[in-house]
Amino acid sequence: MENLNALVDAALVEVEQAGDIRALDDVRVKYLGKKGEISALMKGLGKLSAEERPQAGAVINEGKQKVQDAIAERKSSMEEAALKQQLASETVDVTLPGRGELPGGLHPVNRMRRRIEDFFLRLGFDISEGPEVEDDFHNFEALNIPGHHPARAMHDTFYFGDGRLLRTHTSPVQVRVMEQGKPPFRIIAPGRVYRCDSDLTHTPMFHQVEGLLVDKGITFADLRGTVAEFLRYTFEVEDLPVRFRPSYFPFTEPSAEVDVGCVSCGGEGCRVCSHTGWIEIMGCGMVHPKVLEAGGVDAEEYSGFAFGMGIERIAMLRYGVNDLRLFFENDTRFLSQFG
Amino acid sequence: MRFNEAWLREWVNPAIDTDTLVQQLTMAGLEVDAVEPAAPAFTGVVVGQVESCEPHPDADKLSVCQVTNGTDTVQVVCGASNVRVGLKMPFAQVGAVLPGDFKIKKAKLRGQESNGMLCGASELGLEDLIDGLMELPEDAPVGTDFRDYLSLDDTVIEVDLTPNRADCLSLRGIAREVGVMNQTALTEASISKVAPAIDDSLTVTLADSAGCPRYLGRVIKGVDVNAATPLWMVERLRRAGLRTIDPIVDVTNYVLVELGQPLHAFDLAKLNGGITVRKAKAEETLTTLDDQELTLRDDTLVIADDSTALALAGVMGGKPSSVTTDTQDIFLECAFFAPLAIAGKARSYGLHTDSSHRFERGVDPQLQNDAIEYATALIQKIAGGQAGPVTEAVDQAQLPKQAELTLRAERIEGLLGMGLPAQQVEDILSRLGMDISAKGEGEEWRVLAPSWRFDMAIEQDLIEELARIYGYEKLPSRVPAGSPSGDTVPEHIVALRRLADTLMDRGYQEAITYTFVEPGLLSKVEPRVEPLPLLNPISMDLGVMRTTLLAGLFSTARHNLNRQADRLRLFETGLRFVPTDAADVEGGLAQTPMIAGLLYGSAQPQNWEGKRPVDFFDLKGDVEALLALSDADAFSFEPAEHPALHPGQTAALKRDGEIVGYLGRIHPRLAADLDLPGQLYAFELAQAPLQQGILPSFQSVSDQPRMRRDLAFVVEDSIPAGELIAAVRSTCDERLTGVNIFDIYQGDSIGENRKSLALGLTFQDRSRTLKDQEVNDLVDAVVSQLKQQFNAALRD
Repeated sequence: MENLNALVDAALVEVEQAGDIRALDDVRVKYLGKKGEISALMKGLGKLSAEERPQAGAVINEGKQKVQDAIAERKSSMEEAALKQQLASETVDVTLPGRGELPGGLHPVNRMRRRIEDFFLRLGFDISEGPEVEDDFHNFEALNIPGHHPARAMHDTFYFGDGRLLRTHTSPVQVRVMEQGKPPFRIIAPGRVYRCDSDLTHTPMFHQVEGLLVDKGITFADLRGTVAEFLRYTFEVEDLPVRFRPSYFPFTEPSAEVDVGCVSCGGEGCRVCSHTGWIEIMGCGMVHPKVLEAGGVDAEEYSGFAFGMGIERIAMLRYGVNDLRLFFENDTRFLSQFG
Repeated sequence: MRFNEAWLREWVNPAIDTDTLVQQLTMAGLEVDAVEPAAPAFTGVVVGQVESCEPHPDADKLSVCQVTNGTDTVQVVCGASNVRVGLKMPFAQVGAVLPGDFKIKKAKLRGQESNGMLCGASELGLEDLIDGLMELPEDAPVGTDFRDYLSLDDTVIEVDLTPNRADCLSLRGIAREVGVMNQTALTEASISKVAPAIDDSLTVTLADSAGCPRYLGRVIKGVDVNAATPLWMVERLRRAGLRTIDPIVDVTNYVLVELGQPLHAFDLAKLNGGITVRKAKAEETLTTLDDQELTLRDDTLVIADDSTALALAGVMGGKPSSVTTDTQDIFLECAFFAPLAIAGKARSYGLHTDSSHRFERGVDPQLQNDAIEYATALIQKIAGGQAGPVTEAVDQAQLPKQAELTLRAERIEGLLGMGLPAQQVEDILSRLGMDISAKGEGEEWRVLAPSWRFDMAIEQDLIEELARIYGYEKLPSRVPAGSPSGDTVPEHIVALRRLADTLMDRGYQEAITYTFVEPGLLSKVEPRVEPLPLLNPISMDLGVMRTTLLAGLFSTARHNLNRQADRLRLFETGLRFVPTDAADVEGGLAQTPMIAGLLYGSAQPQNWEGKRPVDFFDLKGDVEALLALSDADAFSFEPAEHPALHPGQTAALKRDGEIVGYLGRIHPRLAADLDLPGQLYAFELAQAPLQQGILPSFQSVSDQPRMRRDLAFVVEDSIPAGELIAAVRSTCDERLTGVNIFDIYQGDSIGENRKSLALGLTFQDRSRTLKDQEVNDLVDAVVSQLKQQFNAALRD
């Protein structure tokens, strides 16, 4: 049995010295394989007496188990080390930027336009569009602005010299929608409009959204409610002050100009609101009977309201843009701020 | 319309402060644009008088004066040329603070002590750039605080009037409104007829009574044009934004501001015979008061004597017949010109005057008699003279009638969403000067509008007046009951938003460029189409309507590249405008919604792996992403040419044989022309074909095994891969479920001008497993078809 102890000790030393899985397996075969040196001791048991045999067998098994355990432990630690090494070799610098395309963005005017559209879509309005090169009839005549009307001078129209012009507002879409359908009408018409004016606060092209609701029993109260709700939604101010002032548009009667409490100073008075506490935000009114008639709608049976607003103005207030002209320079350093 | 509050309060004086007054005006639809003090803040200035005046011993242009403030006399050195003994002027005493926080201290000027400063109007902030001392009348009380003397603690209010409220282009009109709102009575200016002292008169003939239905004229002889306009009048005019000229002009301006009636005075000595109001003869000339030589058109109304046109009616007088410092006798004109006769005329001659502004919008047609009497009395008071009788020429039939309207109670409620008690309706309308007669129990009224409310034309105008005076803010408010209108977007339509979102998710930034562009640029980008030019462009570089969105995107690219952008992905949506003869296009102009994009720089945002510049296939990949939203299989790409694009790297996108648009690399010549890099790629596509999607239609999923065969064909270089694939598809039946190109090779081993295309063909039957032989048969058919059609050889 001294032999067994010597063998086990030698095996344990070799296990310890094995450099890799393969060497370890060689050790296993050398001592524990079928022809292994410890296995051979088992074969020698037959020479012992029946009384001695179980005890001697148990002693050999114990030695064998010891070696097996050592091999398993050594193997597991070798695998652990290998995995560790693999992981270390596969490590990346996670602070490096990711690969691939980042999203671009909407132009701020269209960002605001979508927001406006979404509000009115929820109220059951449809979105209508019309031509930008318009005729005099739809841009002026049908809107109760005859040729001599002083309001024409306020419009600074671009002409083509053949009776056509660039629409000065989105209001002609009102007329086109009425011409092409039957009441009730519930539409908004967003789009580009043009005025022959260019300075710090005017660009020759800008965007408006026109709204039109024609139905039986529509009153000024409906206009007030709709506009007030819209403005509170747009500026996300629950108790936003909204006031309606009498004004004049040839295509509405009564007409109103709508002011909101300055969203920049909260009505205290600042540069944005010219120290009045109020900001003019849109024009609106009850559709003039002549306009209804031009659209083929019976003004005795139906009534309606219309409104129009400049998208740039609202976008400027909402996003704090302080120069209108930035919208059309299309500098990506500006545009990318609104994605 | 500018006016001072103190003057307004002489007309109507409700017990409200300035802020409330301003608020009231704005909320009544007379939007107040500005509220300014009548004079900037200053203190310590009194009416002073020069007692003696000697030249400064050591300075040519200075005088040494003894000046009294009524109690003390002090020495003041003065540099004004009009300083003289006895003169009364504003005197800033030591301790005074002038506008601009300018403190007056004791000083020595070239050795002479000076205790204060004698002031001109500009030093007190009353006028700009007027030299010399402000001369005060002889009766000015010496020692009185100057602010009190001129009532400078007053407010100037500027109202921005809408075109319908011409009745408020006068102090009287504003006063009427304030009276209505506060239920306060007006104190009208006292106007009485001036009895003629002489018989002199001119005949007046209305040759165009539609343009001028009423013309009043009066001769006033022996006026002193050099008399001084009283300070109170000068000050009111100044606060209304008008400069004093001479007593005659000042009075006509004063009446214009106070009553709203423009008047004109001619030098009687320069008139030849009677007055005729007529249309100008073509090519007739007139030199206006502001020294412009006009050649008149025959649509223009003029005031003429027997020999020539004297004045542009309702717009401006002529220079030759104008009142000058030598004038002795005048002919005063006070007329009603029809708005239609004046509208646009001033503008067409490049003029705009207080007179034309009012006549274009409308003047009270019943105002002329009062106005000429009022003006005559004021002229006589200031400049003396003897008045002749008023000559009136009138065509009653052509004068505007006062509007007579029906107002229904039911309509009030129908428009405003609330009814008003009959008593309130009648009260508001009568306060507005309307004559009312009720029909029935407060159900309907006949309303006669006053002559100055010529803007009243329909029932709704009256209802607006009711709402305005009642107060818009007190009207009800509600959100209308929702009833979605009928039109809904069909499910198969791909929204423009979806297209835009796809581009944005692929890194594109939206731009909005002007729809009018520079003609030179456009002719380089799209020379094949003659664009629609604007008649009155804002500038030449915004002169024509775009026929392609690419022009704007190229300009935008240049703008950004000039600002160090090294990578661009831009897109825009909007109309392009292409003139056409096509019969189905309204107005001979196709206004087509397009979507266009531009690509430049590295294929991906710069990263740490090195960068690959974009090429045609990045562009095409983005376009294909758009097509995938609708029905990718419905589109085809074909080699094509486009003047803005590289002939070897341009594709036309087609749907059902119709061109949807083009994509490609910028033409190197255009790139050089526009100072743009050559590696710039762009597409422009019509929106509508991209929006025609398909409604999903379920196909059962097959679990049968797929079989793939890879085949490499060698063909001529020039054969488009797309045609090869199309041929493969048409050769096989529905068992071919996919074809893709997985490799392209060119090289010596396959010969010059040849390429090898490796195709992966996938086969599958929906219901059973395909046999090898079936697939082999299909592959053989493909090989022989490609051989026949393209002389394609299988590569070993």
